[in-house]
Amino acid sequence: MNPGSTPPAIRFRSVSRLFGDMRAVDDLSLDILDGEFFTFLGPSGSGKTTCLRLIAGFDQPTSGSIELHGSDVTSLPPYEREVNTVFQDYALFPHMTVAENIAYGLMIRKVPKGDRARQVREMLDLVRMPGMEARKPSQLSGGQRQRVALGRALILRPRVLLLDEPLGALDLKLRQQMQVELKAIQQKVGITFLYVTHDQEEALTMSDRIAVINRGRIEQIGSPADLYEHPATPFVADFVGVSNLIVGPLAMSLTGSADTFAIRPEKIQILPADSKPPDGRVTLEGQIREVVYLGMITRYLVAIEGGHELTVIKQNRDTTSMEVLAARSQRVLLAWDPQYHRRLAPEAS
Amino acid sequence: MAVPRLSVGPSLVATRSWLHRIGTSLYLRPRLLLALLLGPPLVWLLVVYLGSLSSLILQSFYHLDPFTGQVIRRLTLDTYRDLLTPAHLEIFGRTAAMAAAVSVATAVFAFPLAYYVARYASPRVKGLLYLAILLPLWSSYLVRVYSWRLILAKEGILHWFFATANLEWLLDSVLKLPVIGGPSLSVSFLGIFIVFVYVWMPYMVLPIQASLERVPQSLLEASGDLGALPGQTFRHVTLPLAVPGVLAGSIFTFSLTLGDFVVPYSLGNSSYFIGQAVLSFTGTAFNIPLAAAFTVVPMAIMAVYLIAARRLGALDAL
Repeated sequence: MNPGSTPPAIRFRSVSRLFGDMRAVDDLSLDILDGEFFTFLGPSGSGKTTCLRLIAGFDQPTSGSIELHGSDVTSLPPYEREVNTVFQDYALFPHMTVAENIAYGLMIRKVPKGDRARQVREMLDLVRMPGMEARKPSQLSGGQRQRVALGRALILRPRVLLLDEPLGALDLKLRQQMQVELKAIQQKVGITFLYVTHDQEEALTMSDRIAVINRGRIEQIGSPADLYEHPATPFVADFVGVSNLIVGPLAMSLTGSADTFAIRPEKIQILPADSKPPDGRVTLEGQIREVVYLGMITRYLVAIEGGHELTVIKQNRDTTSMEVLAARSQRVLLAWDPQYHRRLAPEAS
Repeated sequence: MAVPRLSVGPSLVATRSWLHRIGTSLYLRPRLLLALLLGPPLVWLLVVYLGSLSSLILQSFYHLDPFTGQVIRRLTLDTYRDLLTPAHLEIFGRTAAMAAAVSVATAVFAFPLAYYVARYASPRVKGLLYLAILLPLWSSYLVRVYSWRLILAKEGILHWFFATANLEWLLDSVLKLPVIGGPSLSVSFLGIFIVFVYVWMPYMVLPIQASLERVPQSLLEASGDLGALPGQTFRHVTLPLAVPGVLAGSIFTFSLTLGDFVVPYSLGNSSYFIGQAVLSFTGTAFNIPLAAAFTVVPMAIMAVYLIAARRLGALDAL
């Protein structure tokens, strides 16, 4: 680390956490910068929540160390760490009002009552729930509980806020609205947000950087655009968005190299079987096997030689559902620009 | 690729027996099923339980003619006037105080055990502890009370233990205390208290444990996350959420103590508890109306207690 530069908000040094033989977190090293909206993205059981619990102090690593703002916190209990957590199930205290829940940390720190009430009011304004002080958690909707949990964690002005799939229990519309709000709140308070989710769309919407986690290891770290456009591994190509993976002989016949590459479904054009594609395009003949009409877009499954299938996505700009559905079992020509090929590192194990 | 069409599986209709048909007709008439299930216990409850209860309350409004010794079957408040004499009020006070003390002590002893069972015990240990908690209930209550009488007697193991450990002075000075003391532990309020705490313990452990198990781990983590030391988390989160369990347990211990006569009869002195008074009025004195009125008192105390407990949400944990 250069002298004078700010240390990272969170630093993992070769952190492992074993549960019996299972490596929930496997020799993970990582820096998360101050003020970043950083996301751990991975399927369930990938170890992302374990990472979060290690930072919060609910769990201790089997080996390795964790630093917060340059100081080692590996062996500190949760109540001595300057991070706060928004829990997946919100974990609101059911016997307390909204105001008492939000003021809990201040009460523990013996902040005078009047001061507490003022800060609770400010916090309820920030999470857009003014005047709800006297409600009990059982009287709130899922989205409101979520906001209270957020306020309760933010009122202590932590330098790092940990969020464990906080939007998982909300319906789609509310989730999308909260995604925008969370990002706005993060920019307003200017602290590091570490967000855990299995929802790639959520991760792409809010994050400055994303770490894709699989089997306790980081597959790739990058900005949302990076991950989507330049996936480094087959796992990332498949988990972040949808990809067609082209392997072995087919890759050889298309590119002259047997290396696996990925092509995104929206980059592929569907043309009539007898048409002549523009120059420089990679082309493949195929037959439409399935048409899935999704309103805004249509997803085609196209069977090609050797028993492979490619997914193609097309916007329904100039077509009706009748027309796209009639395309089933038609013979077509697929064409795409080879600049969208993404060569992938072979699967880790 | 040719996929064989699936043929339809064997029909259920062909295999239907009369048992199936009864099952189906009940399935289609849930109210009838409910009536069949609830009928017998409801009849029992209405006729046997509420019947004897109302007969008891009715009896308490009759009065015993002091000269003839006959029960006059006419509604009057005379028996309740007899009930409220200072000697009787002392019995109520003594019993209620004992019930309160026993409830508090049981809660204090049961809490750590319930906490351990709910929070730390592995499934195996938990099963063993359940067994240990419930095992005493498998043997006769009378036998257990009588064993305690032997344990607490002047010649019993407890007095022997204090003597051997040269702590006799301690036991003697405790027994010399007014009210709770007596000639030996087996003839003292302290002895009664000890035995009550022992016999009602399971009724306190289980509701507290149930209420503690319903506290999600994440609440305790959230409290620590917000800066609370373990002791503060216990005071502000665990304890308030366990209160309904403690109150539910105390409803058992309190009401069981109020109505019991075996323990004070076996270990007490001449100072009566409510249960003993009822026993003596139904027996030698044969004053059934007064015995009935005596029984109404613990019911009234419990009614007040239950209303207060309900206000505090204690009944949610039952």
